[in-house]
Amino acid sequence: MNRLICQECKQKPATMHFTKIINGEKTEFHLCEHCAQEHGDVFMFPENAGFSIHNLLSGLLNFESPIKETKPNAFQGIELLQCERCNMTYHQFAKIGRFGCSHCYHTFAKQLQPILKRLHSGNTTHAGKIPKRIGGTIHVRKQIEQLKQKLQELIVREEFEKAAEVRDQIRLLETKLSEHREED
Amino acid sequence: MSLEKFLNTAVSSWMNQEGPDSDIVLSSRIRLARNIVDYEFPTVFSNEEAQQIVELFEQHFAQQSYRSLGRFELLKMNELQSIEKRVLVEKHLISPHLAEDCPFGACLLSENEEVSIMINEEDHIRIQCLFPGLQLTEALEMANELDDWIEMHINYAFDEKRGYLTSCPTNVGTGLRASVMMHLPALVLTQQMNRIIPAINQLGLVVRGTYGEGSEALGNIFQISNQITLGKSEEDIVEDLKSVVQQLIAQERMAREALVKTLNIQLEDRVFRSYGILANSRVIESKEAAQCLSDVRLGIDLRYIKNISRNILNELMILTQPGFLQQYAGGALRPNERDVLRAKLIRERLKMEEKKAMEGDE
Repeated sequence: MNRLICQECKQKPATMHFTKIINGEKTEFHLCEHCAQEHGDVFMFPENAGFSIHNLLSGLLNFESPIKETKPNAFQGIELLQCERCNMTYHQFAKIGRFGCSHCYHTFAKQLQPILKRLHSGNTTHAGKIPKRIGGTIHVRKQIEQLKQKLQELIVREEFEKAAEVRDQIRLLETKLSEHREED
Repeated sequence: MSLEKFLNTAVSSWMNQEGPDSDIVLSSRIRLARNIVDYEFPTVFSNEEAQQIVELFEQHFAQQSYRSLGRFELLKMNELQSIEKRVLVEKHLISPHLAEDCPFGACLLSENEEVSIMINEEDHIRIQCLFPGLQLTEALEMANELDDWIEMHINYAFDEKRGYLTSCPTNVGTGLRASVMMHLPALVLTQQMNRIIPAINQLGLVVRGTYGEGSEALGNIFQISNQITLGKSEEDIVEDLKSVVQQLIAQERMAREALVKTLNIQLEDRVFRSYGILANSRVIESKEAAQCLSDVRLGIDLRYIKNISRNILNELMILTQPGFLQQYAGGALRPNERDVLRAKLIRERLKMEEKKAMEGDE
């Protein structure tokens, strides 16, 4: 019978079999229980009860690490990046998977873009609710955008009467917007 | 404490109500994550900041009433006994994280326990609305109203491009997690669930066993929720989830029909055996109790069992968990003592149903 021997210690029979896929590259491991335990950081064990979304996420956030080998300076730059408000570093963020304050979104904006894409199936821009009170002119601007789109559609369909109504609505909102600016 | 009195205090009023499709959907939940501008996130904030946030809620919202929800009570984690906290967790009103790891955590709870606002958890504010049956749209409406109510007194951390800023980038944007709890015994019994779960995952939704550890679903109860919070409107997120849930309801109903047709007597036998275990056992582990409760609930839905109320599954799944059992006992219990008390509580609860049915006949 062809029995697999642990590829690490080459003594005990391999009882744990893993498949690791990184960027589509598949690697297989056959280890005995002892050696597999040693690799605890690489392989996930069921007794690893504290495992959470943040652990998974920090795996995602460390996707920059291959750069380390090719361009050490570029990577150091990211490592040293620090939020001026809460002092969180990118390294800390990557480790715990959570930001320290709202300003971190600004500080790490460049690194965040690809992460958001992965997490939210390609989306990076908010399309939902806007807070009523502090939303300020955002509401009005979004409304104008929507109306402009509607206007285009109406023009294409040659519904000019309705288009004129929409155009007037847009004008009204735009004057409202400029009044708001003067107040500021 | 008598069982009846315990039930009155332990069961949230919403648990007794039925909602649309409540033969399959036990409850719908909406959660909105919000943070306060100018305060550091709970990941790193100072004790003073944490304290100030709790005070904000004490000042503006504690003891206030909001429409039909009744008065809001502010519960501070550091003032609660550990069993009390555990009971809140088992009722799904607060998260285990808030109960265990947040010394400055608090919870603003509505009188009817439909709304629970967690304070200083992973984010400063987490608004949660829990409705019976499939009522995602209604729950979202309620959450949105409460969100506006809170915003009257608090400035949110919001960015035009990224939306509501949350401590973890998995929640940024809408900060919305919509989820439903579903009882899917026929899809499990016909072994279709293993095939369905990966398909649902591909649609950007997550399926989990609600009570079980890992992928195992205790009592055939599954929780389905959205993964994506950015780039879609709240309404679209809820609609997408709802359409998948409706498909699942249809599939489960079809599987139930097929089961009745193909193995009617065996199914009836299984239901009544499980009923027998619940009505007579003297020691029962939570796993066995959950499976039997699921069978009995299916038996009620299929009208094999007629004199027991439907919400017995939701109610007993919650009441037979360690925290509740210990509250019922009035003190700490060892695991084997819990199994004895669990069996006793279930037996007595079923007797109450029998009594009710007999009174109804007279």
